[in-house]
Amino acid sequence: MTAKPLSHHVARVLLMGVLLLGAAFFLAPLYVMVVTSLKDADELRNGNLLSLPGSLNVSAWREAWSSACTGADCSGLRPFFWNSVWMAIPAVLISTAWGALNGYVLSLWKFKGSETFFGLLLFGVFMPFQVVLLPMSQVLGWLGISSSIGGLILVHCLAGLPSTTLFFRNYYAAVPGELLNAARLDGAGFWQIFLRIILPMSTPIVMVTLIWQFTQIWNDFLFGVAFSGADSKPVTVGLNNLANTTSSVKAYNVDMAAALIAALPTVAVYVLAGRYFVRGLTAGAVKG
Amino acid sequence: MASALDIRGVRKCFGKGEHTVEVLKKIDIDVAPGEFLILVGPSGCGKSTLLNIIAGLEDPTEGAIHLGGRNVIGVPPAQRDIAMVFQSYALYPTMNVADNIGFALEMRKVPKAERQRRIQEVAAMLQITHLLDRRPSQLSGGQRQRVAMGRALAREPQLFLFDEPLSNLDAKLRVEMRAEIKRLHQASGITSVYVTHDQIEAMTLGSRIAVMKDGVLQQLGTPDDIYNRPANTYVATFIGSPTMNLVDTQVLEGGAVALAGIELDLPCPAATGAHATLGLRPEHIRLDGSAPWKGEVSVVEPTGADTYVVVSTVSGDVTVRVAPQVRVHPGERVGLAVEAAHASWFDARSGQRLAA
Amino acid sequence: MKSLDNLLPKLVLAPAFVLGLAFIYGFMVWNGVLSVTASRMLPNYEFVGLEQYVRLFDMDRWWVALRNMALFGVLYVGLSMALGVLLAILLDQKVRAEGFIRTIYLYPMALSFVVTGTAWKWILNPSDGLQKLMQDLGWSSFTFDWLVQSDMAIYCVVIAGVWQSAGFAMALFLAGLRGIDDSIIKAAQIDGASLPRIYWRIVLPALRPVFFSTLMVLAHLSIKSFDLVMALTAGGPGYATDVPATFMYAMSFSRGQIGLGAASATIMLATVAAIVVPYLYSELRSKPHDR
Repeated sequence: MTAKPLSHHVARVLLMGVLLLGAAFFLAPLYVMVVTSLKDADELRNGNLLSLPGSLNVSAWREAWSSACTGADCSGLRPFFWNSVWMAIPAVLISTAWGALNGYVLSLWKFKGSETFFGLLLFGVFMPFQVVLLPMSQVLGWLGISSSIGGLILVHCLAGLPSTTLFFRNYYAAVPGELLNAARLDGAGFWQIFLRIILPMSTPIVMVTLIWQFTQIWNDFLFGVAFSGADSKPVTVGLNNLANTTSSVKAYNVDMAAALIAALPTVAVYVLAGRYFVRGLTAGAVKG
Repeated sequence: MASALDIRGVRKCFGKGEHTVEVLKKIDIDVAPGEFLILVGPSGCGKSTLLNIIAGLEDPTEGAIHLGGRNVIGVPPAQRDIAMVFQSYALYPTMNVADNIGFALEMRKVPKAERQRRIQEVAAMLQITHLLDRRPSQLSGGQRQRVAMGRALAREPQLFLFDEPLSNLDAKLRVEMRAEIKRLHQASGITSVYVTHDQIEAMTLGSRIAVMKDGVLQQLGTPDDIYNRPANTYVATFIGSPTMNLVDTQVLEGGAVALAGIELDLPCPAATGAHATLGLRPEHIRLDGSAPWKGEVSVVEPTGADTYVVVSTVSGDVTVRVAPQVRVHPGERVGLAVEAAHASWFDARSGQRLAA
Repeated sequence: MKSLDNLLPKLVLAPAFVLGLAFIYGFMVWNGVLSVTASRMLPNYEFVGLEQYVRLFDMDRWWVALRNMALFGVLYVGLSMALGVLLAILLDQKVRAEGFIRTIYLYPMALSFVVTGTAWKWILNPSDGLQKLMQDLGWSSFTFDWLVQSDMAIYCVVIAGVWQSAGFAMALFLAGLRGIDDSIIKAAQIDGASLPRIYWRIVLPALRPVFFSTLMVLAHLSIKSFDLVMALTAGGPGYATDVPATFMYAMSFSRGQIGLGAASATIMLATVAAIVVPYLYSELRSKPHDR
């Protein structure tokens, strides 16, 4: 094997250098957030973005969680965090299950007009939700669930319907026709094929959908701010209120701690199950 | 005795209006109980469509399918008492072999004990008892094939359908499984319909063969019929490898025929002056230096058991089978002697067989 | 039995059919209707023709919002894709720890735009953020108060947006690069082409489909950008960083101008549709459907 020329090694070093620079760019804000959240007021005033705190001071975190002011209330992010939990978990589960059923029908039990319907539904993935805000708030009012977690759950299920259906339908489209024929010959009907054959094969796409939906729903702000009432605001709304209250002194350490608290669940999911997240992103963008 | 399977006037069209494609054009086939019928033909001839119609996975545009006397058009596949082995085996990927075999019985709500007994029985018959706990992804191609057959056997159906089950296997495995399928058929005696594009499978497995092309049944007969008395030039060249030689001739006064000027003493059923196509299998031609039909050897193909010699003549290339020890070289001038008894005659225009 | 088999799939799909189409198209139409009424605090179905649209385009704030959408859109999509392609090409060079680096590039996509906005608001803080950092590091005349400057604030939104989404573009391009047949590149290398040339003439053209789908997703994300602006600048200073999404929200929920809000939403819809519908249509047409 011939020795590689010096220029090759230099190129490799440069390559790693640029890549690490990129990594620094992406990590820097996270570093700043963590470091800022651990400082006290003096260190904030005297230090700068990158300076380390003198000690690991978690008082900002405590404040962000339970005593920071988010408008009229000063009970921190905790109530908002739990609102998000009670909203996200049912919404994620329902929208994923619904998407699986729809995807199953649209890929394996096609009938006249089903493809057209799918095409129409697909637009819902791209549509700007501003256009449904006003009608939706009317409907929620009629149903008596405006300003409630139930209302948010309903909206997220409807908004997530096109995406989840898309994921499952594309996944199931790869199921071989002969497998279905064999099942039909064996006497399995619609539900038996779904429960005994299709669903057991669906683990990858279920993971992708669950993670994608959780990320979308937990991180949502638009629906949270438009449709929630005093007791149902999700954590994103709480965070925004907290960071934007025009109170006496701006406590950036509390703001950063609050942002990290709000980000924790989705980042944790990303770290633990990142590859499913990536698959969801690439599946969503590479249609069909 | 009533036929086990009766295909009557089945037609199948796809598409609408101007884009209608007639995939099956009025098929009539009777299958006796216990018979092994082969549907053979090139891709697109409609054989798989016909199989799906028999199974109930598709409906015909016209016609009836009678199973054991009753018309089953409109009856769902699961209620036709049919089992099918698919080209890709179609095993349920998340279930183990035992559950795969027993699935149909489970769907029919057969009690667990009875199901287990049947699974063990079938597994023993196919020698896959040691595989019962495995998943399909852990099996080899041949093993999957057996499981697919086991799944079909467990049903104890009236009719067995095979959709090119050996196409995905390598050559050696294919030969083994072919014998296996024949053995199982002899043991079980279940009426079977087998689709393939491979003419060797057709000849070795079938009790009767249905040759299809472009949705039309070309010939229905025993392997012997198909091989020695092909109904038209298509069947003649489809079955048999190397293919039957087809040579253009013209009938002369007095009963002889002329092959591009050379006169041969062969009786031909066509009228005097008419053109006819002469069909000769390579094994029915001999190299004979004194024969009037002459040619030059162009290629010699030794296969070990035989040697095939391609001879270039004024009537085109003719393939002759000779014994392996015969020494022939490219460029040699040879004569071709024809065995009149085995000659097939076809109408020059339509390709249909001329009755002797 | 057979008729039930035919009916069951349709029944199962029915809720999605009814609710989905109502949610998307029914509401679209309803919103359109509201935009041609005199609605203010509450819906008022008095038909006023295109009056709301005239009022809309008469407002300086709306024009600012439109300009910002165009500016932000072009820069956000362009820079994210450029950075994404670059990082993807670099990462494709069989780097050690590739998976680890990729994870770092992508994690911002897991964050809410509100979190991103809040963080960058601190980073770009005129007195205590980047400016102070640079000055502390020795660059005493460094100023960076874009966040509070009316004509520069929108670029802060761009920076935060690109930081969040470049990793996504990179992930898509990397997947596309991985899908390119190695043998084509090897053939080019044997023919004597240099690496940059290979990338320019062979690899980048092969990435066209990925390019388009990434463009689609980023473009529609940029039109919808509400969370980021609200968290980073709340549309300010004043309404200098307003975008149609924040404009619509303000009009509909704070200013009691539902008709105006509906009109702005309709314009947003039209913009998205103009980009996405042709793309979707061509995708659905060209994909072969088996079974």
